[in-house]
Amino acid sequence: MSGHGEAAQASEHGGTTKLFLIVWISLVVITLGEVYIAYLEFPAVTMLLMLIGLSVLKAGLIVAYFMHMRFEKLGLFLTLIPATIFCIGMMTVIFPDSVRLLNVRLLH
Amino acid sequence: MTDSQSEVVAGAWSGGGSPYAMGSKKLGMWLFIVSDVMTFTALLMAYSYSRLANPDWPRHVFPIRPAILFSTTMTVVLLASSLTMVMAVAAAHRGARGSAVKWLLATMAGGLIFCGLHISEWFHLIEEGVRLFSNPWGSPLFGATFFGITGLHMTHVMCGVIYLGVIAFGYGTSRFSDEDVEVSGLYWHFVDLVWMFVFPMIYLMSVKY
Repeated sequence: MSGHGEAAQASEHGGTTKLFLIVWISLVVITLGEVYIAYLEFPAVTMLLMLIGLSVLKAGLIVAYFMHMRFEKLGLFLTLIPATIFCIGMMTVIFPDSVRLLNVRLLH
Repeated sequence: MTDSQSEVVAGAWSGGGSPYAMGSKKLGMWLFIVSDVMTFTALLMAYSYSRLANPDWPRHVFPIRPAILFSTTMTVVLLASSLTMVMAVAAAHRGARGSAVKWLLATMAGGLIFCGLHISEWFHLIEEGVRLFSNPWGSPLFGATFFGITGLHMTHVMCGVIYLGVIAFGYGTSRFSDEDVEVSGLYWHFVDLVWMFVFPMIYLMSVKY
């Protein structure tokens, strides 16, 4: 296959080997960064927010490049991702109750 | 019926076209993945709820050495298997069947190594007295949530290894197309994606807290 043909195919199916390697190295570096954060002394909420933020970044890289979402039609993204994020957000409404339960248990 | 009439009657939003420009298998896998995201999210929310609500939740369960170094190795192995899966899909799109099958086998090997490491970690925790409904350190919910979440994830990895084995055999014998390899890749990357949240929430948050 000619170089032009390979380039066309890479473009059609999204991504090149070099791009995937860069994404993979980024994922490994972020993972090691997370381990370093866990090793440091941070308040629990700060540490949780940093770790979740980095995990969302990693998830974005995986979905966008490894799962080819970036190379799909925008309609797929708009159909799946906002609704998923909304549903995940709705699940967090339980947390005030966990704090209430903790306070009740500490009082008794 | 002329072509123009056909376009009007059966437009993309009338089911006459392919609005996402992809096959039904791939769209079906995406929908399955979204539903499985909800399953794992619900489990991780339940874990976080239980942890926050229980003052006697076990603390400092996973020290940096050896537990976090071990689970970091598992994470890198799983990430490496995602890279080999990407290479398998790229090879399948090029029509290089032999190369695609080799990359699929490498991905399966990564999955098996991950499971092996994970099972050895489970045995270590069981030796320390952690059970599904009890543990020597505090709230019994720790064992239930830990084994429940990591067990469901490991089940997904094992199912993925079997799935990839079927796809590798079928693609190698020309019974499956490159789309089947790509769809199996979506599943495998999803399994990797889930671990990207299990690892920090269950392991890393238990180093100092």
